[in-house]
Amino acid sequence: MARIIVVTSGKGGVGKTTTSAAIAMGLAKRGHKTVVIDFDVGLRNLDLIMGCERRVVYDFINVINGEANLNQALIRDKNCNLLYILPASQTRDKDALSLEGVGRVLEELSKDFKYIVCDSPAGIEKGANLAMYYADDAFVVTNPEVSSVRDSDRMLGILASKSRRAELGMEPIKEYLLLTRYDPDRVESGEMLSLDDVQEILSLHLLGIIPESKSVLNASNSGIPVILDEKSDAGQAYADVVARYLGEKRPHRFIESKKGFFRKLFGGK
Amino acid sequence: MSLLDYFRSSKSKTASVAKERLQILVAHERYYRNKPSYLPQLQEELLAVIRKYVNVEQDAISVKFEQDENQETLELNIVLPDAQGSKSAAEIAKSSL
Repeated sequence: MARIIVVTSGKGGVGKTTTSAAIAMGLAKRGHKTVVIDFDVGLRNLDLIMGCERRVVYDFINVINGEANLNQALIRDKNCNLLYILPASQTRDKDALSLEGVGRVLEELSKDFKYIVCDSPAGIEKGANLAMYYADDAFVVTNPEVSSVRDSDRMLGILASKSRRAELGMEPIKEYLLLTRYDPDRVESGEMLSLDDVQEILSLHLLGIIPESKSVLNASNSGIPVILDEKSDAGQAYADVVARYLGEKRPHRFIESKKGFFRKLFGGK
Repeated sequence: MSLLDYFRSSKSKTASVAKERLQILVAHERYYRNKPSYLPQLQEELLAVIRKYVNVEQDAISVKFEQDENQETLELNIVLPDAQGSKSAAEIAKSSL
C-alpha cells in the first residue's frame, strides 16, 4: 500500500510545487518508487518545475475519464527512474475532477507505488479539497508571513474535518510543517516571524526549514527539482526534510543567521 | 540586531506586531470553526418564529455554543423589547445536547 502525501498551504506562491517536486525526487532518490500528481487543473505547473513539459501527452483528467490508461499518462522522470509525474490538464476546469475518479486513480497507483505525492492547488476549492481528501500525511507549506500562517491554520481545520480519514473516523492525517522562504537575518532583526512565533500558533511537527534561496529560482528556470542541487542550502534543506520524514534524526539547520560577528555589529546587508 | 541599528532607529519591530495580530485572529477563527455550521441558520429561523409573536430586533437574539469534554451546550438568549417600560430578558432555553 502506498502512503499518500498532500502538499498543501491554502495560500498561493508559498512553494507547494517546489516542495512537491523536491520531496518526490528525494523519496525516489532514496529508492522508493514515487509518483507526483499535479491537482492544479487548468493551471498546471508541476511539469515545468520537473522539466517534463514537452513530454506531456495525456493527463490526470484523461485517466479519470478513461480516455487514456495510467501507463500512457505517467511520465518517467529523466533524472530518476523510480519517479513518475502525472500532469494536470491545462484545458479543462477543476470540475473535471471527481471524488470517485480521483479515488479510483489513487487506488490503482497504490498497487505500484510506495509514495504518492499530491501537489495541491492554492485556495480551498474543489482541486485543493480533492488533493487532500485521500491523504495519509499532510505537508503544510508555510511562509513566515501573516497571511500564509493564517491560511495554513485554516487548512489544518479542513484537513481535520473534510478528509476521508476524518469522515470515516480513522486515525487523523499526520500534519507536518515546512517553513519555507525563511530568512534568518530578517528574523534576527525582528522583521520576520521566527520559527518559534509560527510554531506558537500552528504547533505542528516540524519537518524542516527551507531558507530563502537563489537556488530555488535557478532550479525552476532549468526544470530540475532543487533537491538535486546538492550544494545549495535549499537543496540540502529538502534532503533533510525527506530524511526526517523517513524517520532519520537530523538536527534542524538554517535557523541561525550566517552573518559574521563584524557584519552583525555594523549591520551589513 | 546590530550596534548601528541600535542607534539608528527605535521603531518597534514588525515581527512582534505580526505575531500578536495573528494570535488574536487565529484564536477567533478557531473559535468559530469548531461550531456546528447550522448555527447562523438556526438563529435566523428562531428569529423569524419569535417575530411572528413579538417584534424583536435582529440583534435581540444570541445563540451560544459551548463545548467541553463530555457535553455540548446550546444557549439561546432572547431579549424582549420594553413592554411596560421595563426591560426583560428571557432566557428561554438552556439545554444540554
